[in-house]
Amino acid sequence: MKTVVGKVVVLGHQGVGKTSTCLRYVENSFNQQISPTIGASFFSSKIKAMDRIVKLQIWDTAGQERFKAMAPMFYRNANAAILMFDITSEASFESMKGWISELKRNVEESMVLCVLGNKIDLVDRRVVLRDEALGYSKTIGAQYFEISAKTDQGIVLVFEYIAMELVKMSRNGSPTSLKTYNSTDMDSIMASSSELEPTDIGNEEVVNISINSIAHGDTVPFRCC
Amino acid sequence: MSFLEVEPGAAGESLLLTTDTSQPFDDEQMSSSLEEIKRDGKPKETDESNNENISNVNNYDENSSPVQTDNEENELIQDKKWALMDKHIFVLSLAGKPIYSRFGNEDKLAWLFGVMQTLVSFIQSNEDDLLSISAAGVNFVFAIKKPLILVAVSRKQESVPQLQSQLNYIYNQIASILTTSKLIKIYEQRQNYDLRRLLSGVERLINHLLDFCESEPAFLLKAVQCLSLSSSVRGNISSAIISSCSKIKNIVFAILLANNKLITLVRMKKYSLHPSDLHLIFNLVQATESFKTGESWAPICLPRFDSSGFLYGYVSYLAEDCQACLLLLTVEREVFHTLAEAKQRIVEKLRRNNCLEAINDSLAKPDLSCVSSGFIEVRHYLYKAKSTAQFYQPSVSPPYNKYPQVLSNMYKRLHQRLHCPARPLKLFFERRATEAIFAWDTVGFELYIIFEPLVETSNVVAIITRLLNWMKEREDNLFHLHVPTF
Repeated sequence: MKTVVGKVVVLGHQGVGKTSTCLRYVENSFNQQISPTIGASFFSSKIKAMDRIVKLQIWDTAGQERFKAMAPMFYRNANAAILMFDITSEASFESMKGWISELKRNVEESMVLCVLGNKIDLVDRRVVLRDEALGYSKTIGAQYFEISAKTDQGIVLVFEYIAMELVKMSRNGSPTSLKTYNSTDMDSIMASSSELEPTDIGNEEVVNISINSIAHGDTVPFRCC
Repeated sequence: MSFLEVEPGAAGESLLLTTDTSQPFDDEQMSSSLEEIKRDGKPKETDESNNENISNVNNYDENSSPVQTDNEENELIQDKKWALMDKHIFVLSLAGKPIYSRFGNEDKLAWLFGVMQTLVSFIQSNEDDLLSISAAGVNFVFAIKKPLILVAVSRKQESVPQLQSQLNYIYNQIASILTTSKLIKIYEQRQNYDLRRLLSGVERLINHLLDFCESEPAFLLKAVQCLSLSSSVRGNISSAIISSCSKIKNIVFAILLANNKLITLVRMKKYSLHPSDLHLIFNLVQATESFKTGESWAPICLPRFDSSGFLYGYVSYLAEDCQACLLLLTVEREVFHTLAEAKQRIVEKLRRNNCLEAINDSLAKPDLSCVSSGFIEVRHYLYKAKSTAQFYQPSVSPPYNKYPQVLSNMYKRLHQRLHCPARPLKLFFERRATEAIFAWDTVGFELYIIFEPLVETSNVVAIITRLLNWMKEREDNLFHLHVPTF
């Protein structure tokens, strides 16, 4: 089986739950009191999509402003970007838009874009409407997901979507940065990267990507201030 | 005296820069080594890394800084509690803008920051510097480190120099996040810049550092404690690191630490690390739980090494079954994967040599207590080898294990008696109702001992001789005496 190796960068305002989402996906753990990321953390995971194994190299970046200068290091050559905001914070949504325009300015190769609204367990404090986020995502050509790292909603779907899109990309004349290997090389790829055990998921799950299938909370009317 | 010749932990060459504890850190020049390494390694490399984010300063929007407001009713209660705190620490800009307060919300304390700024600038207008004010058992200590003012207000038993040293650490912590060159640039461009924007999340590092300064003798002694390991194991660990990184250019320091103790430090031949920089690294690792979740790539400025730019740090715990943290610090920005591979090789080698096991064993088994090592009259002691900037302490046993604060206050007082600038003592012995305390400053070491109150004075010298010999016999285990280099 062929293996596609893709680099995924996670961007967004501080405190929106980037690390929590990655940890929920990679380790299936959640810690309410996690300390802010310094610089960036690296995770890797393996997922099966169509007839390929997709190895995701995930860069979980720090959201604080002082690390902004480091970001190009991580989104350069990335094949997919996860842009995250917190549905209870308008500022994080605006900040996410800033990341989009930075990516559009600086990245030439095509990239899988996912917009994630996190913390849907806190629906009663929602200030960013689902339709607003969905509409915005469409205009930039991104897929929109609503997730909760705390209650583990919707996260697996995000990574499955990315894996599928990467496989499609690699078939339609892949960009140079997206590498495809034959399975015989697989061991060397795994050995050279991270000690983290790859999370093997998706084998038995039905991959169903449609905006309607994504878990989301009830929307509440937009409250001003 | 015959025991003067015994100097456990002394070595001709030191792993760390050696320090004289009576000298405040800021009297020593900060060096700038980064440029040198980059030049040596790659002559063509331009220096974009240090300057690239400075140009953004003007774009920062000040209005969106998060301000939390508490309920009015809680405010009064909190005010009382707030005023009664043992120790306050404040950081403000030269223009009087609040940056950090250990307790309470800086915005609500804006008036107080104004007072502090006025005091400082009033004295400065007479071409003088405000260092400290003492009133009614409270020490107000000021450190003016352009472009910041740092203030400590303490009711604790800490001397003015000790508080100054803590303020220095806080300044260095901020510099370690931003670099001093950026700090200065920011305020050159905008005098009333709100620095909290760039320091969000750093409060927890500063809070942790303050707790650390108060509880860890390392800060008092300006030295580092090593994890007890046999010298062959420590040697194996160092050589595993050296051989795994041999082909990688420009790794400046490789540091392996666990539980606030140093396991090994491998450095570029030319550069050594100052203990205060290492303390900041210990603080960073200790305060950053998220390092445990995976591999990280973090910019770290070591202010005593080079305060003008960042080193890039690959940070990762060795393995699930070995909670020692490895840091590989380099001047290259783009070598994460190379270093991640090097770490794999290091872990494999350590596993093969049973070094992981040895580290775990040492971590699981606490240092000997005084009684179990045969010193029944001694309750606790601190020994610092000056020539290597390392110290050793036995595990804390009753009666102090429940009251660590009592012990650290005694050491602070003893330290102050030996290093008081006005009248430093060489030898100090005092018998009190609850204990007898002893301190000794020699050319080669500092020794602080807490004895049982009923120890015979005539016996004290003999016990000290025995203690020094005991440490001398084990110095290979207790101290890191070799200097591994890349």
